[in-house]
Amino acid sequence: MSQEMTLDPAQGQLDKSPAKGAPKKRSQWLEVWHRLKRDKMAMLGLLIITLVVLAAIFADVIADYETVVIAQNLSDRLQGPSAQYWLGTDEFGRDIFARIIHGTRVSLMVGVLSVAIAIVMGGGLGAVAGYYGGKIDNVIMRVMDIFLAVPSILLAIAIVSALGANLMNLMLAIAISSVPTYARVVRASVLTIRDQEFIEAARAIGASDLRIIFRHIIPNCLSPVIVQGALGVAGAILSTAGLSFIGLGIQPPEPEWGAMLAGGRQYLRHAWHVTTFPGLTIMITILALNLLGDGLRDALDPRLKH
Amino acid sequence: MTEQANTQDLLSIEDLSIVYEVDGETTYAVNGLNITLKRGETLGLIGETGAGKTTTALGIMGLVPNPPGRVVSGKVVFDGEDLLQMPKEKMRGVRGNRISMIFQDPMTSLNPVMTVGEQIAEVILIHEGVSKKASFQKAGEMLEMVGIPAVRAGDFPHQFSGGMKQRVVIAIALACNPDLLIADEPTTALDVTIQAQVLDLMKDLKSRYNTAMILITHDLGVVAQVCDKVAIMYAGEVVESGDIRDVYENTKHPYTRGLFGSIPDLDHSVGRLNPIKGMMPDPTDPPSGCKFHPRCPDATATCAASEPAPVLTETGHVARCLMLQSMVEPTDVNRVQG
Repeated sequence: MSQEMTLDPAQGQLDKSPAKGAPKKRSQWLEVWHRLKRDKMAMLGLLIITLVVLAAIFADVIADYETVVIAQNLSDRLQGPSAQYWLGTDEFGRDIFARIIHGTRVSLMVGVLSVAIAIVMGGGLGAVAGYYGGKIDNVIMRVMDIFLAVPSILLAIAIVSALGANLMNLMLAIAISSVPTYARVVRASVLTIRDQEFIEAARAIGASDLRIIFRHIIPNCLSPVIVQGALGVAGAILSTAGLSFIGLGIQPPEPEWGAMLAGGRQYLRHAWHVTTFPGLTIMITILALNLLGDGLRDALDPRLKH
Repeated sequence: MTEQANTQDLLSIEDLSIVYEVDGETTYAVNGLNITLKRGETLGLIGETGAGKTTTALGIMGLVPNPPGRVVSGKVVFDGEDLLQMPKEKMRGVRGNRISMIFQDPMTSLNPVMTVGEQIAEVILIHEGVSKKASFQKAGEMLEMVGIPAVRAGDFPHQFSGGMKQRVVIAIALACNPDLLIADEPTTALDVTIQAQVLDLMKDLKSRYNTAMILITHDLGVVAQVCDKVAIMYAGEVVESGDIRDVYENTKHPYTRGLFGSIPDLDHSVGRLNPIKGMMPDPTDPPSGCKFHPRCPDATATCAASEPAPVLTETGHVARCLMLQSMVEPTDVNRVQG
């Protein structure tokens, strides 16, 4: 019976099929990209985010950390924008432009990593809760409810004050406070996918629970998580700025947007630029991320597929 | 013939009962079911919607959703082993490998975000312990076998038509060369021309690999075309079963007779179809005695009181009717031909 199965022409074609299969697999994401490209606002958001990412990568090329970003120069303090200092200087005479550029590193790292931690933790919990249901679901989701009952910024403040203010704890605090959101999103989509026939079919071919969760369920509920993640990065950057503003985040002299806002606050009357530019940077970055998030939501929505 | 559980039987279901318990209400889905199947044989499982056909299939696969479903009693002996007693891990090795299942709707039984090649390769990867590359190779061969060019292994399910999707599903089901294939209304969601193609394909592959098959359907014509044996289910019980020719020609049970009577006849023009009167009994509250008696044209008081036992008819198939046990006098029309 095996003779019929090893057809020669089939084998000839098969050697090529992985290569042929690969671009087709990407085509699904290409389709999303095409839809996203039509959304002008999302593209604007993407452009801004690209600039921010580039600024973070090439921060050292743009301005030297030791000599420009943290070195104090009291003779030039609180200068307005000029050809030498594009966005002026702060209360210690440091170039605000250079500090904003270096500040992107912290903001992006905390934003992306804390969201990644939150997605892994929240997604895992949500997937387990949704897949098994019953008691497990109840226990996990009630714990999540308890987390949700505490305002997330308060929760983050509590965690940072308990563990100490440093970069790692800051990320952890922001991640933990957004875990319930991801758990809810993932659980909701797992619930709808769990009862579909292809999951039963997967069980019928002898797939284990883990395989069903990771190979069949999670790939099918990625799109809401991606959207939530894009918006979540914005939220995390905002939380970082907020925590740094009240002194619980990044510690001076390291440049951070929220900390810069806080530092310039008492000179607001004489030196508007010290607070305005970091504030604008935060606003524009968050806006860009939100625009991209909204665009992704539309692009990933299967109902909008032609 | 059902009584002797000889070792030749590939599958023998004995006294299988499955219930669903929801909010304190018990639905009796399958009640004391007996089925035997030899290697290479095809059994048609026929019945109305709600007769317990799909639950029986899930029972064999060990996939009755629990809760609310529960196997109350019985044995599912497959190749000498009771599947119901088998540990979970071992049962996973049987599913998809030695017993596989084709689902009703090919549109929803394929994962939309995996390529069909990956989905066929997955079952091979799970059961045959081969490398990823080898499993993809075999997946391509399986696709060719069901009449789809292997180059399309990289395509996603939405790029296929309904009939082709069902072919993919068949390729998945047959990828590990199973001993038993359970097809749950494999053609119901397809249009008639595609139905014929898919049935031919299944018939062909089945005979090529000597796979036994349980074909669940409510289409008597399909059964006649494909099956060797037939079992008619009503309210969770097999009311008549045996060799297909024998059951079709020497029909004994009034329900089976009713089913045949409800098929429109091309040679005679009739104004109205001739359905079996009444509805399936409420499975949460099955009638006493013979389950079919409220709808049976020949029912008497005895039928409501005592439950019929399976009887071997003189032509060699099994039916469950009190008339055959001579506890109820058959009416003239239905007199058993000697």
